[in-house]
Amino acid sequence: MEEKAAILEALLFASEAPLTVERVAEILPDTEKSEVLSLLEKLGQEYEGRGGGIRLVEVAGGYQFRTSPDLAPWIRKLKASRPSMLSPAALETLAVIAYRQPLVKADIDRVRGVDASGALKGLMEKKLVRIVGRKDVPGKPIIYGTTKKFLEVFNLRDLSELPTLRELKDLQE
Amino acid sequence: MSYEIKLDIFEGPLDLLLYLIRKNEIDIYNIPIALITEQYLAYLDMMRFLNLDLAGEYLVLASTLIHIKSRMLLPPVEGEGEDEEGQDPRAELVQQLIEYQAYKEAALNLEGRPLLERDVFTRGAQEPAAETEEEEEEPMIEVGVFELVQAFRRIITNLDQSDLAIDAEKMSLTDRINEIMERLSEERQLTFTELLGERMDRRRIVYTFLAILELMKLRMIRAYQSGPFGVIRVFLAVEE
Repeated sequence: MEEKAAILEALLFASEAPLTVERVAEILPDTEKSEVLSLLEKLGQEYEGRGGGIRLVEVAGGYQFRTSPDLAPWIRKLKASRPSMLSPAALETLAVIAYRQPLVKADIDRVRGVDASGALKGLMEKKLVRIVGRKDVPGKPIIYGTTKKFLEVFNLRDLSELPTLRELKDLQE
Repeated sequence: MSYEIKLDIFEGPLDLLLYLIRKNEIDIYNIPIALITEQYLAYLDMMRFLNLDLAGEYLVLASTLIHIKSRMLLPPVEGEGEDEEGQDPRAELVQQLIEYQAYKEAALNLEGRPLLERDVFTRGAQEPAAETEEEEEEPMIEVGVFELVQAFRRIITNLDQSDLAIDAEKMSLTDRINEIMERLSEERQLTFTELLGERMDRRRIVYTFLAILELMKLRMIRAYQSGPFGVIRVFLAVEE
């Protein structure tokens, strides 16, 4: 393995959060972003080809080592606490926000036909949803959007990785 | 207790309606309103019978259904200038149902993704990192002049009147602006109360407030609040 690739692997291993290409380019001497990208791609393929327990995943605008999804039952044995799951109401609310953001609470209520206050509060506490501003209409209602943590938790590179509503519908039919 | 679990099956009136449509294998674009209304009301009766807390939204949809049903019974009014979509009283509800269904599917799709801490895991040291991030990500709303004036009033009323002696010291707005900018560049952020609430005379308070307003107007500082009546924090507006 060439030195740069080794450094990159070490950086990814040591980083707490998904590591961005920009950050790597800053750290590695005389390295363009395009070079970082090709190094990342090579490293990702290596991990994929090895068939080991770890994958290099592009998530929330950066890169991160994550365990392979099919090994989840083993890791759950290691971790005593059960993962906190989102309720269907919270998931629906999150879906509406993810697809329609930025939007105000009244929009969420209208789509779901119920008051979303409780679900919204839970999502804010879990840091999946945040306040992005206030709408310039009477009452200045709060505008909501999803967070970077939302992308991290849902294993998304960015919002465009979400299938469109139309694609979902076609998939179902 | 088991009754409550039963209500949990439905996420709301639209969900119940979708369930009825699926159960009866009905074409969503051609809902037999009389039948569906009857079944919907029967469900509400059952919920009431089981002493369930019937959310108001369920009743709103019930009245919508009854309204649609009555409109379908009436012959279309001639020459009222209704446009094409206004013809079918069900159109709006159908649109709403289809939209809701789409988001339900989107929610299922989200849940089916490899979720962090459920299906995929990062290196063990996750927890402390998540906490520091939480502090940073405290939801902040940018505040305007209105909120600042409110906060200013609160501070003024909380001040002991005897503290408001007039100091003969000469001071200009520019001096105060410079002082604030200096303090901010040292401490990065200050609360509104920290800036205003020190033991100071009336003139100084007013000048400080004016200085803050002026700096905000010039976009040299920004003020954020964590929620209504929350602490107002003032930051330097650093150019990106």
